[in-house]
Order: sequence, then C-alpha cells, then structure tokens
Amino acid sequence: MDLHIAGADANDAERSAVDQLLGPPVSGWQGGDRAINRDGRTAVGGRAVSGDRDRLLPSLHAVQDHIGWISHGALNYICQRLNVPPAEAWGVVTFYHLLATDPRPAAVAHVCDDIACRLHGADQTCRNLQLRLGDAVHRSPCLGMCDHGSAALILRAGHTPERFVLAPASTEDIAAAVTNAGMHVGLNVSSGEGHVQGGRLLRRIGKADPTSLDSYRAHGGYLALARAIDLGPARVIAEVTAAKLLGRGGAAFPTGRKWDAVAKEPAHPHYVVCNADESEPGTFKDRVLLESDPFAIVEAMTICGFASGSAHGFLYVRGEYPMAEAQIAGAIEQARAAGLLGANVAHAGFAFDIEIRRGGGAYICGEETALFNSIEGRRGEPRAKPPFPAQVGLFGKPTVVNNVETLANVLDIIVEGGEAWARTGTPDSTGTRLFCVSGHVARPGLYEVPSGERLGTVLELAGGVAGGRPLQAILLGGAAGVFVGPEALDMPLSFEGARAAHATLGSGVIMVFDDTVDLVDILARIAQFFRDESCGQCVPCRVGTVRQAELLQRWRDERSSESPAASASSVALYAELSQAMRDASICGLGQTASAAIESAIANLRVFSPRGVS
Amino acid sequence: MKRGASLYAIDPRRTASAQWADVWLGLDVGTDIALANAVGREIIAAGLVNHEFVAHATTGFDAYREMVEPWTLARGADETGVPATAIRGMAHAYATAKRAMICWTLGITEHHTAVDNVLSLINLSLLTGHVGRWGSGLNPLRGQNNVQGGGDMGALPDRLPGFQHVENEEVRARFDRAWGTTIPPTRGLNLSLMFDAMDRGELRAVYCIGENPVQSEADQHRTTRLIEGLEFLVVQDVVLTETAERADVVFPAAAGSFESDGTVTNSERRVQRLRRTVKSPGEARDDLRIIVDLARRMGFDWGRGDAESMWDEMRMLSPLHRGMSYQRLEAHNGLRWPCYDDQHPGEAFLHARLWERPVPGPRASFMPVMHALPLDVLTDEFPLRLTTGRRLGEYNTGVQTSAYASPTRRGESIDVSPEDAARRGLSEGQRVRVRSPRGAVVAPVHIDQRLRPGLTFMTFHFPADVPTNMLTSDASDPKAGTAEFKATAIQIEAIDEEGRDVGRHVGAAASGKGIR
Repeated sequence: MDLHIAGADANDAERSAVDQLLGPPVSGWQGGDRAINRDGRTAVGGRAVSGDRDRLLPSLHAVQDHIGWISHGALNYICQRLNVPPAEAWGVVTFYHLLATDPRPAAVAHVCDDIACRLHGADQTCRNLQLRLGDAVHRSPCLGMCDHGSAALILRAGHTPERFVLAPASTEDIAAAVTNAGMHVGLNVSSGEGHVQGGRLLRRIGKADPTSLDSYRAHGGYLALARAIDLGPARVIAEVTAAKLLGRGGAAFPTGRKWDAVAKEPAHPHYVVCNADESEPGTFKDRVLLESDPFAIVEAMTICGFASGSAHGFLYVRGEYPMAEAQIAGAIEQARAAGLLGANVAHAGFAFDIEIRRGGGAYICGEETALFNSIEGRRGEPRAKPPFPAQVGLFGKPTVVNNVETLANVLDIIVEGGEAWARTGTPDSTGTRLFCVSGHVARPGLYEVPSGERLGTVLELAGGVAGGRPLQAILLGGAAGVFVGPEALDMPLSFEGARAAHATLGSGVIMVFDDTVDLVDILARIAQFFRDESCGQCVPCRVGTVRQAELLQRWRDERSSESPAASASSVALYAELSQAMRDASICGLGQTASAAIESAIANLRVFSPRGVS
Repeated sequence: MKRGASLYAIDPRRTASAQWADVWLGLDVGTDIALANAVGREIIAAGLVNHEFVAHATTGFDAYREMVEPWTLARGADETGVPATAIRGMAHAYATAKRAMICWTLGITEHHTAVDNVLSLINLSLLTGHVGRWGSGLNPLRGQNNVQGGGDMGALPDRLPGFQHVENEEVRARFDRAWGTTIPPTRGLNLSLMFDAMDRGELRAVYCIGENPVQSEADQHRTTRLIEGLEFLVVQDVVLTETAERADVVFPAAAGSFESDGTVTNSERRVQRLRRTVKSPGEARDDLRIIVDLARRMGFDWGRGDAESMWDEMRMLSPLHRGMSYQRLEAHNGLRWPCYDDQHPGEAFLHARLWERPVPGPRASFMPVMHALPLDVLTDEFPLRLTTGRRLGEYNTGVQTSAYASPTRRGESIDVSPEDAARRGLSEGQRVRVRSPRGAVVAPVHIDQRLRPGLTFMTFHFPADVPTNMLTSDASDPKAGTAEFKATAIQIEAIDEEGRDVGRHVGAAASGKGIR
C-alpha cells in the first residue's frame, strides 16, 4: 500500500484492544515486532489475511469500546492486521455514528431527540445536557425505547467498557450516569420494563426467564426444532410456505419462498442472517423479543439454517441495543453448551452456529444488502438488486435474511402446522402482528393483535389518547411510513387493508399525536433523520434528503402567526423533489424518505391555511 | 483474486502487489533462475510433472531434468534467500493448480540474464502443461499501452510488421514487392548495441521518436556523452525532453493517446482503436504525418499519411493482422491477433496447437539455463544492493507524469531498511551521497519497512533532481540488449550541508553474506 494515514502508530492500549479480539499478530507485516530473519524473506497475506475483512467492524468496536475513539494510529494497526487499505477503513469508520475519529471524553451519552422522545421534551433535555456536559453529549436518532418516554445510551470506554441504556432518562439521570463510573456495572441493561400485551409471540415474556434455557424449555422452547428435525428441511419449508408468512421487517416478502430459493441454490455455503438492526424511528418490537425471549430467536434461526442448508448464521444487532446483544449472546452460549448449536445440533446430524455482529449506528444497515456489506467490513451501502440475497447475498453466497419478528413466527408455524397457523389473521395477512404503540397514549407498549384488527381497537388497547385529549394524527410504519388522521381509525391493520388506505404497516409503528403537537416540527425532525442517515451512495438520495431537510427547516422556522402556511409554489417544488427521490434512489431509504412528509401534506393538510381543506 | 485465485508474489521488496499476495517470496536480487530451477526440480522430485504433456508436446526434458537436478530446495534456499518451505509450497501450488499463469514485468527482464530468466519460467510452464490453455500461460505485463504494438509493428531490429523475420527471404520479397524497394537483408541493432556503435564512432546520426534516453538509459554519464557526440540528432516528442534539448532538429509531435488516430496493442495482444479527440497545439503534427512529410521532402510520395490507409497497407503484409479492418476493430471492441481474415474472431490465447494431436509444427523445447549472479558484485567498497523501479502515480522519467500534481508524490529518495538506517545512523530525510562504480548522486534517505538489510531502492522518476541512472550499470543481456537496471552495487556516504564528505562512508559495511 502506498497510502498511509500520516504514518501514525498505535499505542499499547489500542494494540491490546485489537489483540484481545484478533489474537497477537503473527508477523511484522501484520503489525507485530519486525523479526527480519522471518519477515525479510516471506510473508503470508492475501486471502489468509484479507479473508478476515469481516472482522474490521468488530475491531473498530473493540478500540471504540476500550479507548473511546479511534485514532489514526489505531486505524493503521487494524489495517495492518487485516490487510485493509487505510483509505477503505477510513471510509468504514466514518460511516457509523457510534465510532469516533476525534478524541472525545471516555464517557458519553447519546441522547435520543427523535420524534417519540421529542413529544416528552427531549429537545430541551439535550440542550440542557449540552450546556452541562459539552462534547460528552450527542444527539441520537431513535434508540428504540419509545415505550419509555425518553432514553439515552451511555457509553463508557475503558478496560471494562460500560454500555447501557437509561430509559426513562431525566437530565439528572443522564448527567449522573456520565459523570460517575461504575454506577451500572453488572446492570448493563435498559432500566424499566415496557408494557407488553399479547398471547402468541409475546406469551413467554414476563413468564419465562430470558437468561435460562431450562426456563425457556419449560415454556415450550425447542419443541419446534424437534418437530422440524422430524419433518426434514423440505417439509419445514412447505409448512412456512403454507402459513403464508410475510416478512415483518417492512417489505412483506413471502418467507417460505425465500427459504426455498436459498435451499435450492447450488452455490455453497449458504448463510442465515437475522436482521436485528431495528432502527426505524418508533420501532422497538425486535428489541423486546431479543431482550425478553432470546432463545426463541436462536431456535428459529437454527430451524432456518436446517431448512435452508446453512451452517453459519449471523445475527446483526444494532449498536444501540446493548441489553439485547447481551441477552442473545447469553442464549447462544447456553444453546451451544447444550448442543443445540454447533457441529451436530441436537444430535440430528447437521451443523449450525450463530455469530453476533454489532452495528455501528447506521439506519441504512437495516437494508438487507447494506447489512451484508456492514458484516463484510465495508461501508454499509446498499447493493443493486438483482441479484437478490437468495442468489448472491452475504460474502456473495445464497443467504436467507429475515427480520426478528418474522423468525419468531416460525416456531408456532412448525408446531401447529402452517395451515392451522394461517387461520389467525386475514387470508392475505396471516398470523398476528406486533405493534409498537408510542406517543400520546395512556399505555405505550408492544401490542400483539391478529392481522386485520382495527387501528382504533389497538389504540383502545393502549388506553386511548393520553389525558383524553383529541387525536390529531397517527404515524404508521415509522419515519418511512405514513401519517393518517382520526378518520383512519377503522383501517384494518393488514397488508391489504393498509394498502387500500394508501398507508403502510412498515415495521409496526403506531405513534400517536394529540392536538398539542407541532407537526411541522416533527416533520422537520423526520427530514433531518433522513438527511443524517442517507449513506451518500446515490445522488437523488444524498442531495434530495439534504434539500428536503433544508426545506422543512425553512417551513418550520419561517412560519409566523400571520402566515402559517408554506407557499403553494414551494409545496409544488417539494412534490417534484420527492418524485425524483422516489424514482431514482437505489434503495428504500431514498424512495421513502419523503413518504411521511408527503402524507402529512396530503392527509393532514399541515401546510394549508387553517380551516381550508 | 476476488473470485478466489491465489497469487504468489516474487520480488526482493514486499511491494504493494506482494501485500495482496497469498504468499510473498523475497528473493535476492538476480537469483530468479536459481528460484525457477529449484521450483522445477521440486516439481520433478515430487512427481508433479505433467508427463503426458511433456511427452506429447515438448522436447529436451531429459537434459532439463539433468540440469536442475542439483537445485534442491536447500540449495535454492541458500542461493535465493527464500525459505525452502516457501519454495516448496509455491512449486506444489503451481504444479497442482487446475490453471496457473506466470506474469512478469521488468524484474525479470532488466538483468544481464534477461532472456535466460524468461526461459527458466517457460520451462516451468512446459513441465506442468500450464500453457496453450484458457487461463494458463506466460504473460509479460507491459508497462505502457503500446509496448506490444511497437514490437508487433516491427520496431525490433530483426523483425518486420507481424513478427516476420527480416532474414527470411520469402518475407523480404513480399515487402520488397509491396514497397518497390530492397530491404536490407540483415538485422539491425538493438538499443544497447546502438550505444556501443556510437561509442565506436560507427553510428553517427540518430532519429529518436518518443524516447528520452538521456534520462532513461543506464549509466547516464556515458549515454549523455554518446548522445552529445553524435554528428546529427533528430528528436520527435510531445515535450522538449532532456534528449530533445541536445538535438539538432526537434519535431514537435501530437500526443498519441488523444491527438492522433490509429491503434495500440495491449498486453493481451488486443489491437484497439485510438481516436483523435482534440487538435494538437501549435506546430505539433501526428507522428505518421511527420514521417510521411519527411519522406516527401526526400522525394517519396507515401500518400496522405492517414492512419487507416497505413493500417490497411500493413494488414496486407502481416498475416497476423489481416482480418483487422477498422470496421471490425470497432465492431468487436478490438481484436486479439492472430486474426487471419475478416471472419476470424482472433485468439484468446496462444500455443493451443501444443494440445493438438499430433502437434502441428515443432514441439516446444525445454531450454536449460544456468544461474548467474548480477555483474555488479557486492564488495567492501560497494556493499549494498540497489534495485530500481517505479512508484504509484509516477511513470519512468516523468515525461508523462511530472506535469500533473499527485497527492502521493514525495520526490526521489534512497530507500533503506530500518536495520541499515539504524546501523549507519541514517535518519528519515537526511541527504546522503549514493555512490556506485559509475557515479554518484545525492538523495534524501527514506526508511522503508518493505526492505530488508542490504537491499536499497530508488526510482528514476525525478531525473532533474536525482539522476539515478548515473549509478546503474549498462551491462546488458547479450541476446535482448536490456540493461541491468535491477542490480547495482552501491555505497551510502554521509555529507555535510555543502555536500562535502564527512567520512569515508556511514557506519560499518553491511555483512555481505546472503545479501545481494
């Protein structure tokens, strides 16, 4: 390599952080001591070293966790260890919000100021904290704790790194957590339990101990795997297909078809990827499943591996979910110890194991091909499709990629049989759905209802609008979703019902806004979110999301009591901009970046003079 | 490589390519034949010879086996410095691969044993049958877009266009007929022999097109003296080079890549069209145009000098190119020779005939070659080995690159290993005198991890600042005429700010054993 980052060297602490993960370097060429008799004449490189490229992101996390930021020297050392050109590694490290390339305090708080927390004064909290703690406070997109009212991710670098979420989190709580080390050693969890209500996917939550395999088994765990082994891979896929299970991550692709396509691919190895990079603002269902029923996800991934002929699974969990990561790591470890993962799963003659990969804070990595790139140690930029993951996925091999909730459904499908399972819900939207209800409701939380249930009914389950105030709007499906008004309460919450209403269920977000909410401010935050999260790969999205954010900010800040509305010409211009993003962006991020704002303009008439519709 | 190919890099330095290789073998400068012979011997000893191919398509195997027999792994390791296990690993990987290719550049050919170095590699391909098949073969990677094309068109002392030998009467007769003249029946001189002829006063006038020998040739003192001693020098180039500065007549030429029409031929023998996109500045003319105009002033009418009619004339005389009309070149995005007629699709690779039964034409012969060390021997006076080469972002003497800004440009330096720097008390950036038996230059030190003790490196990209070729030897291969740029014996001497010596040389001499 002829390019270096200013020739900086790693210090001992940085080296040790990396070596803990990768082991000691084997030669001077890989950053070890130069032993000229050995290193002067031959070196092993190429695939033997570059094949470890997928350890780039874990190595960066290791330095971030131990040192608190990633210096040029540390990056150079990682590049030497993994044979990655520094320019490429720089592209990767600067891609993620949670990785810092400038010195920062060892303890920092990433405070959520996204739309749900904003309803509870997060903007002011952030301002207060920034005054008190300076650069130890960073504003964060949604931390997936919307059922708790407010949230902050606390990160303390050091020998024993601390990573935990405070929720609900007052200014005082956050300041104390940043200032005092060790407060949460051993806790390392989100505080407080959200409200959870549902009889199928959620039935073990609050009953089974999520840290105990025995408890999981006592509550029906691993019956599905036993039955799957009896059925054999082909019948498993047949049952999942018969269940008409559609993906719960937002795209609603038939799961059985995905599994079948991968199982039939002649190229090997096959991979299973569980997409737990839940980052859609307002969404927390996957977090609850991972934190409170982790064995279910491990078991479902194992069944998927068995059916699709994959021996290797990856669970990609977002970096803002330390507790989910810890719980799932514990479950994997126990499953492995019990022979339910490994070279001969349940003595059934097939191999399957799971590796956890932690995201670095990038919404786009929830897009499946961006997620593959992220695992592979590249910038998390979406790939062009086709080829689809079932043909060319992770490491270029056939890959099943499923959302957490989707996988959780597989267990009951196998136990009950696909057709029986499909009797719940509507004919075209089978099974139950998890809805993340937040905002101005009496009981925010996770609600499981049969597909096709009325929107109004879910709102009633959550106790209706808090304080009995009038309902102004509901955001369905998250930042990439759609705003609807009170007239939509009769909408059936099914794929076809949402489609008929020109809405989307997306990732199951139901965020409720009462009449006091300044919706234009919410829209401006959504626009800012997409501006921050665009990966920058394609022009329509990279430029379009910036223009959109500028426009929304102007609409918000230039309002006055005399003229509360945006000009007709600027709204028309905006329609053109969003059309360009929709038509020409590579992936769903750019294609849906204007969806919520456009729906607010169309359904809620936010920019029309009041009283005129 | 992204799709799973293995790469073995053989280079004294751990270059950027070596860094991406599965295995790097850091041999001593000038021990290529020793390494190839040891690999060949190991392939034979391990029973990995493709006997069917050897019996069917080659001659001379027994003599080859006999010659390489002494080249055990141990002797190979001793002579090259590469550990025996690494040699063995590469030998087995090469011999057992389904498809394998040997690629090389000037590290093989800029030695006094240039031709023998290449033959030693050809022997390996014959031993294993990695030749004449898709994905296999021997591939000299060309440093410029048209090195191949220059040779193809007859810019060689003994060839006419299409590699037709000038000493073949039938061939000559065809050209004589077409051109209405008599072509001299004997081969001409290669570059090294030309300089020797200048030295003897036999060559007194030179017409030099697109070359800057004053800065690019080895032993610059001698080259400059000989060029300046010419009675008449004509230089044709896109810029006023150091050589052009010494010319009696300079023809300003249009840039080939974008100010001229024509063709170039790349390393895979693909002839590609070049199209003029901008008008050349000032009085500059197309190379073809200059030659045609010159001919006209000498009393010969060669037509308009347009590229296509010249090309068509050449096609009629070169069977290899006959099927390559401009129209077809355009339609196929270039064609690879041989391309015998306008139905022929061109060939993806050569020597496929070796796999036909029986082999049409002569079989391929093993050519046993002996290892010989570089002519510049390391001594107490000149204990360090200097090898020269290129750096990313620069090209040769800088004629084509120095006018452009480059973020990686750091000027010339004498690159030394950290060990040599420590032993001699050299620091990064310190200016030192680099001396060889032929001359001396002053350059800053650069400490380079990719070098081992005893091995140093310089480029020749910045001849105005550091004329590196003052140091290099013009000892050349007797068959090919290539100079031994890759192996010079040098000493590094400390100097004060005025450039005066501050000691005989810096520190103690490196130990000579095993370092060349």
